[in-house]
This record gives sequence, structure tokens and C-alpha cells, in this order.
Amino acid sequence: MTDTLVDLDEVLTRYEPVIGLETHVELGTASKMFCGCSTTFGAEPNTQTCPVCLGLPGSLPVVNADAIESTIRIGLALGCRIASWSRFARKNYFYPDIPKGFQTSQYDEPLCTAGHLDVEVDGETYRVEIERVHIEEDTGKNLHVGGATGRIHGADHSLVDYNRAGIPLVEIVTRPIPGTGARAPEVARAYVTELREILLALGVSEVRMEQGNLRSDVNTSLAPIGSLEWGTRTETKNVNSLRSVERAVRYEMRRQAAVLDAGERVVQETRHFHEDTGSTSEGRSKEEATDYRYFPEPDLVPIAPDEEWIEKLRAALPELPAARRARLQEEWGLSATEMAWIVNAGALGLVSETVAAGATPADARKWWLGELARRANDAGVELAELPVTPRQVAELAGLVQAGTVNDQLARQALDGVLAGEGDPAAVVESRGLAVMGESDELVAAVDAAIEGNPDVAEKVRGGKVQAIGALVGAVMKTTRGKADAATVKRMLEERLTGS
Amino acid sequence: MSDVTATDITTTSAAALGEALRAGELSSVEVTRAYLDRIQAEDATIGAYLHVDAEAALRAAEQVDAARAKGEELGPLAGVPLALKDVVVTEGVPTTSGSKILEGWRPPYDATVAARLKAAGTVLLGKTNMDEFAMGSSTENSAYRVTRNPWDTDRIPGGSSGGSSAAVAAGLAPWAIGTDTGGSIRQPAAVTGLVGHKPTYGSVSRSGLIAFSSSLDQAGPMTRTVLDAALLHEAIGGHDPLDSTSIDAPVPVLAEAARRGAGGDLSGLRVGVVTELGGDGHTDGYEPGVLARVAEAVALLEGMGAEVRQVSCPAFDLALPAYYLIAPSEASSNLARFDGVRYGLRVGDDGSRDLDEVMALTREQGFGHEVKRRIILGTYALSSGYYDAYYGQAQKVRTLITRDFTSAWDDVDVLVSPTSPTVAWPIGARVDDPIAMYAADLCTLPASLAGIPAISVPCGLSEGLPVGFQIMAPALADDRCYRVAAALEAAQDAARGHALLDAIGGRA
Repeated sequence: MTDTLVDLDEVLTRYEPVIGLETHVELGTASKMFCGCSTTFGAEPNTQTCPVCLGLPGSLPVVNADAIESTIRIGLALGCRIASWSRFARKNYFYPDIPKGFQTSQYDEPLCTAGHLDVEVDGETYRVEIERVHIEEDTGKNLHVGGATGRIHGADHSLVDYNRAGIPLVEIVTRPIPGTGARAPEVARAYVTELREILLALGVSEVRMEQGNLRSDVNTSLAPIGSLEWGTRTETKNVNSLRSVERAVRYEMRRQAAVLDAGERVVQETRHFHEDTGSTSEGRSKEEATDYRYFPEPDLVPIAPDEEWIEKLRAALPELPAARRARLQEEWGLSATEMAWIVNAGALGLVSETVAAGATPADARKWWLGELARRANDAGVELAELPVTPRQVAELAGLVQAGTVNDQLARQALDGVLAGEGDPAAVVESRGLAVMGESDELVAAVDAAIEGNPDVAEKVRGGKVQAIGALVGAVMKTTRGKADAATVKRMLEERLTGS
Repeated sequence: MSDVTATDITTTSAAALGEALRAGELSSVEVTRAYLDRIQAEDATIGAYLHVDAEAALRAAEQVDAARAKGEELGPLAGVPLALKDVVVTEGVPTTSGSKILEGWRPPYDATVAARLKAAGTVLLGKTNMDEFAMGSSTENSAYRVTRNPWDTDRIPGGSSGGSSAAVAAGLAPWAIGTDTGGSIRQPAAVTGLVGHKPTYGSVSRSGLIAFSSSLDQAGPMTRTVLDAALLHEAIGGHDPLDSTSIDAPVPVLAEAARRGAGGDLSGLRVGVVTELGGDGHTDGYEPGVLARVAEAVALLEGMGAEVRQVSCPAFDLALPAYYLIAPSEASSNLARFDGVRYGLRVGDDGSRDLDEVMALTREQGFGHEVKRRIILGTYALSSGYYDAYYGQAQKVRTLITRDFTSAWDDVDVLVSPTSPTVAWPIGARVDDPIAMYAADLCTLPASLAGIPAISVPCGLSEGLPVGFQIMAPALADDRCYRVAAALEAAQDAARGHALLDAIGGRA
């Protein structure tokens, strides 16, 4: 089924979007939320399990104190109020990936409430109010076997891997975010980006989106401009890349506008996001939603973090991304706009690591926002997903600085790095990309250029210095770009004007 | 005890068996074999056990004997056999909780209670029958077999720990572990003439007890004597890091309290008789014989120096409805894991049905009537729109009951009542009347809801059947229960000339 879509510009002439995000983050604790099992990613299925995370009869949960600490630190970093008394609750529903028949979560007594996160888009700051931050356990993973798509439809049987079951999961829920207008998709993305930066700074999760460490449910609704009430929202589940967050909001805005334009009602439902097409499709409608029958988890005692501990954690918080950005901006001598470009490209960490690896801030920024951004865009991937490390980029910049390669050669060296041929220096070597020195070969090429273009040479001798460019071009052509243009120019001048 | 016969072995207390084993007068193999022989002879009639592994039991007994022969330091329970209610998870030993849905399941781990008893050198005779998932007061809800009361085999042994009560009363085990959610240790102990103690909530680990109602479940001893109960309780009690609701306090000194109590001096002890549990104006449903025996027991306590007064606990009248909302609510969630996906029964997985159908069929065929009744009740009580009126309200009642106890402790040291309003009833008499069945728990529910300790100790016979006397104490004051129970036991045994249990089958 293909949805009718309205152009985004047109959507905004008639409707005002409200967005909201629920983000799940797998914590990087060594053991699971309620048992001692390892949380290492990628182990053989069902090897990291025990009676507790398999939900065997009689087994009981014991809270992982590290997970509570991480949750509180996230809350503090988001400016939340930390509850002095908080409880777990059972969320009851049947599904094979949930071994106990309920998920141990938090309901009306979350650990952290009422925070906020400021995000910047196009120089404008948007305050995202945080409703709550709570801790729960992850589910297992279903693997549907026998179908073409890996989805449950068409599969002939399913397998369940419980290695992930019980990994601590923090859920961060925003309040509805109104007033973002045309920038709604970018604000959604900027929020998740900023949140991810905070989580990385706190060191509470590896936040590998491709491994599902961070997954966002994206709520979108539209209301006619001027309307006092918000529209009916849809919830696009498990969107797991920054780019997808933005695309999901954009798609839903365009789809919902078409539904409303047709005089129909937006159905309150969960929707699935499809990476390949950037579209969403309908999932469960809320009308048939499960009643989760939440009630306080009787197998666990309430969490009552004392004030002293909270203050200790607050005092020990690391420099947060906003402060770090301000500091780096100053250290790097950038304007706010230049800094925003880096951040919006998701390149702050990459640039800063590249600087740390020895590149100048200007070079690091130029590479990541220029050539590398272009390559990522062409390949349809995130910058960080490019198969090149900040250290390699710094090495490349260093080769240019040292004059070993020029910009054009450096781009060719990058081709090699991205193709997996090794580090830049090794690629320069193996591909023979180094700039030619004042070698016999270059002298010959320079002489040949003068001989081959007597008119031009005469003009230069006659004082039309700018005509020398044509001769430089000729030399570069013969040397297939490997000569250093400045060197060539100097050599030509020596021969033609004696200077 | 050099001339002990097999009958002596199976009618003596576990404490005495432990002494004889320590003194070298008996071997664990002899004791274990005596019980296995008796199980072989009698259990076809009694129906106490769901699983007996004679070979494994004898092997364990041999190991204890060998260790003792080598002069190893052994605990006081070493070599004494024991039965576990089938709700206790035992590594490699079938564990069903009385349900078809777990038929054939062999757990990969031991409950803390089982592990501690193993470490203490006790010998596991077998797993005892029970109402399915501990839901019931007669053991008739077992999916497997009928268990009969050794005092009258046409009558129920109580429940849900009816297999354990029948086994100990019939001499098929010297003692047993039961679990108590709303009275499931105390009521079966009462109707079979045993001592049964429900510890303070959180004082015995729940790790490895197949959960019925997590905020209420506690494991405890079911024994022939008060001292036995205290010894067994000491062996299983104490903090367990695997159970978050476990209280981090030292194991209480209980056997000492029992020994002191047996001395018979209760002077200064303030005893409150709970009006709402069979007192004036609250005698509906209570058998006169039960009330008479209880009154005699109170008089005995007074005779030993206790100050007795009436105490009113008005919220107790609401204990039954509150319990029958809270326990089923928790059960509806605790039993959700039995979905046929990972272990136990799976029905209908023939490729023609989808996941929901297989789960539904498994649960439909795997659970019995009473379990389904409570799952439905609990699901309803937790549903959005009903939660506040049912589960929420029941929690408030629970608070009121706890407050009644708290204010009672200002005036008295223990509260007493009948354990159950009636003696054992005929098998089948209440199976079609769940409300009548639930009424058997009337007196035991308040202590369960408040999480306080309560013991049932025999206080004589009514119409030839045992009557239980309940003693309740403040949280963590389990020793008081043992002290008062031991005093009562000693006074009655002295007056009677023998232990009540010796009267079973007209032996005394």
C-alpha cells in the first residue's frame, strides 16, 4: 500500500506539528538488570542466561545497583528531579521474548522526573522537556525462520535468544514538543543526537545504534494551524538511527497531512519504520491495545536513594556536551555557526578525536564536513559509519601539511582507505600518490611544457605573469596531478622570468 | 535408643532422631530405610508424595554415614530425612507445584531452602503433594492425586501443604517443609495434629519457591513437635542475597526459645485473644468443639502465668476479601510465565496453530479449575478501570490490618486464635463451594497480610480430630511463637500423658 504524501512545505502552510520521543537505551553495565549474567553483545544465542533472566519458576530478581546509579546520573545530566522513593512495576503481557510473562519496569513511580534538554537547530534553541527517566529490563530477541523477509509473516517457525533478556534499559520520555514548525524533523534528530552525546559523555552506554543500544519511538501529530487542540498522534516504533528519526517525523507529517486533507481521521496507532524506503506502515492500533495491568513489583523492594548519594553523583558528573562544545568552540576558534555545522553533521566526536590525533581543528573540520560528508551522503550512511577512523583522517591531513600529497592526491588516498587498503601513508605508498619533488622527471615536464607552448611562454616572458597558469596546468597534466603546483610555478618562473 | 524398632523411628521426633544419629545409635541409612519402607507400605493409601527417589535418598544417607564415620563435623540435622512440598525447586528432581503444566520439569537449580537443607546434611525422601500452585485448603486441587488425612482417611489433610502434613502425621517423614501464603502451613498442620509455623515475611528466602503470591509466600516447618519446628526453621532461615525481600538480620535463636518455653513459665506474658477470630459475636462458621479446645488452651496459658485479655482487631473482618484480591492479582502475573514456550507442557504445537492459540491451549489444558478461577479474578482486579476499586482497595485493607496488629502490640506480646474454624472435613465436601473452602483460611489470613509470624500448635481433639491453636507475634519475634507453643505443648502432653500425635489411628 502506498500512502498519499503532501509536500513538506505545503504541510506547513496548513498544519502545526507536535512531536515527542520515547528513547530506550541499553546500559553498558557488566551484568544484567536483575541477575549476574553477562551483557556482552554477539555471544552464541542463549549462552548468557540463568534461571532469573529465563524466568524459570521460583527465580527472583535482584536489582543491579550500577544500573540504578547510571539511571540517576542520566536523570541528573538531564536536570531531572530524582525521586526519594521509587518502585518497580510489572507490565503484564504475553510474548515469547518476555520470559516471565511480564516486563519488570517502572510505572507511576519512576526514578527521575521533570528534566529538560536544550537542542539547537539552525542557530535556534529548542527546549525539550523531559517527562521522566525510568529503568526497566530489555526483552529477548525473536528470530523468525523460513520466511523471505525475516518478519513473522511467512516464517515457518521462530527461535528466541534470551541473551538480551534482562539487559538494563533506560527509557527517557519527553513531554510533547510543540512549536518546532518546519524544523520538527530536525529537532527530533537533534534531540536524539544530543541525548546520545550526553549518554556517551556519562559513559553509561556504548550507544551503538546499529546494535540497538539506542532505539527511539517517535510520536508525531498534526493540528490545523491556529487550533487549540493537538491532533491525534502516531507512534513510530524502534527507529534506530539519527537519520531515520528525522525521516520518520518527516514522513509522518507528510502522510498525516494527506489523511487530514482528505477529511479523514488520523488513527492513533503504533507504526513501523522502514529503513529502505523511509516510510512507515501501520502496526497495532491503540483501540485494540493491551491492558498491561501494571502493579507494584512485589519481588523487589522500593529504591530510596539518599540525598547524600545523589549529591555525590551530581558532583561527579563529567563535562556535559553543551559545555564541552562551548569550550571546544573557543579552543578551535570557530564561530557558533561553524560549530553548529559540526554538531549537526554528527561530527563533533569525530572532529575532536581527529584533533586529538594530531590534526589542526581547521583540517579536521574541513575533512569531516567536506569530503567525508560528501562520501557519507553518497553512500547513504552516517559519518561515523564510514570505514575511516579519526586517526586515519589526521594522518591524511598530516600528509597534506607535510606536502607529501596535495588535496587531489589526498582524495585519491582516501579512496584507498575507504576501500580497505590500509592507512593513508600505506595507500600513498602502494598507489604511488606522493607529490613529485624537483626530480629529473619534473624538470623534463617543465621544459616540455615551455617548449610545447611557445606562445604562452612568450607572453609570460613579456610580463603577462598570470598566463603562467596554463603552463602549470600542462605540467600537472603530464604528471597526472602528482606534481606540487606551487613547486611547478616556481620552476616555471625561474626559467621564464629569471626571478 | 539401642533397641529402636522401625516403628519407633517413624514415630519419634526429628530432634530425637538427630540425637540418636549423633550418638551413633542409629545410622542415617537405617532411619531413611525405615521411612522409605513405610512410604512403600502406606503411601498408596495416604497419597502424600508426588515423587520419591529411594535410591537417591539412600545414597545421600550413605554419604552422611560415611562422613560421620570419618569423624567429620556435622550439623544437628545431618542424616535426618525430610520431605519437601513440591513447590520447592530441587535441582534435577521433578518439581511440579501440583500442576500438569510443569509435569516432567526437572529444575536446573535448587531453591535456597533446598540448598540449605542439603548443606545441613538432611536426606530428601521426596516431594509432597499440594493444591495446584498452592491454591487451596484441602489438597484436592492437586492435578495428580488425592491426599488423605491419616486421622481419618475419608477426610482432607488440609492444604495447600496437605502432602507435607499427611506425610509427617502418617509417619512417612519425620518432618517436612511447607509454604504458607494465606494459611497453607498452619491450617494443614492444625487439621493433622502437627506443629506448623509461618515465619515473619522476609525471614526465610523465597528464592526457588514457585511463586503463588509474592508478597505473602513464606516457607516454614511442619513437624511433630515445637522443638523440631524451631530446629528446622533455624536451618532454613536467614538472609539470602538472591531474594530482595529477604531481611538482612541474623538467624533468630528459636530452638532455645522452644526449650525455654517447655519449662512452662509464662509469667508476665501478655496474651490477647482476638475477638474477631471466633470470639463473642464472631462465632459463625466456627465449630463449638474447636472453640472449646481453644478456650481450654487459653486457660492453660493463664495457668502458666500468662495475663490474658480480649483484643479487638476490627479490620480482620475484611481480611478474607482483601486476601482474595491481592493473592489472585499477584498470582495472575506470577503464573503468566507458564506459556508453553520454554519448559513444561506445550499443547497444540502441530504447525496448524499460531502462537496465541498454542499459549491459550497450553494454559487451558495445563491449569486446573481453581488456578484458572484465581487467574481470572486477579486479571480482573488489576485491569485498568478496576484496579483502584479492587487491588488498590485491598492494599488499603492490608494497611488497616497491619495497624490493628501494631496497636495490639502496645498491649499484648502475642495474639491467639483458632488456626482454622473447623476440623478436617470429608473429602469432596467443599469442592463445589469455593467460598466455603476459602473460609478455612479465615483465622490465618490476618498474619499473612501483615507479614508477621504465626504458629499452629495442636490443642486437643474435637470429634476425634485434631484442633489447632494459633499464636501470632510481632514481625521478627518468631521466638515468642515458639516459646508459647512449647509451653502449651508441654502442658498438654503432661496432662494427656503422651503427645497428641500418638493418638493417631487409636495407637495411644
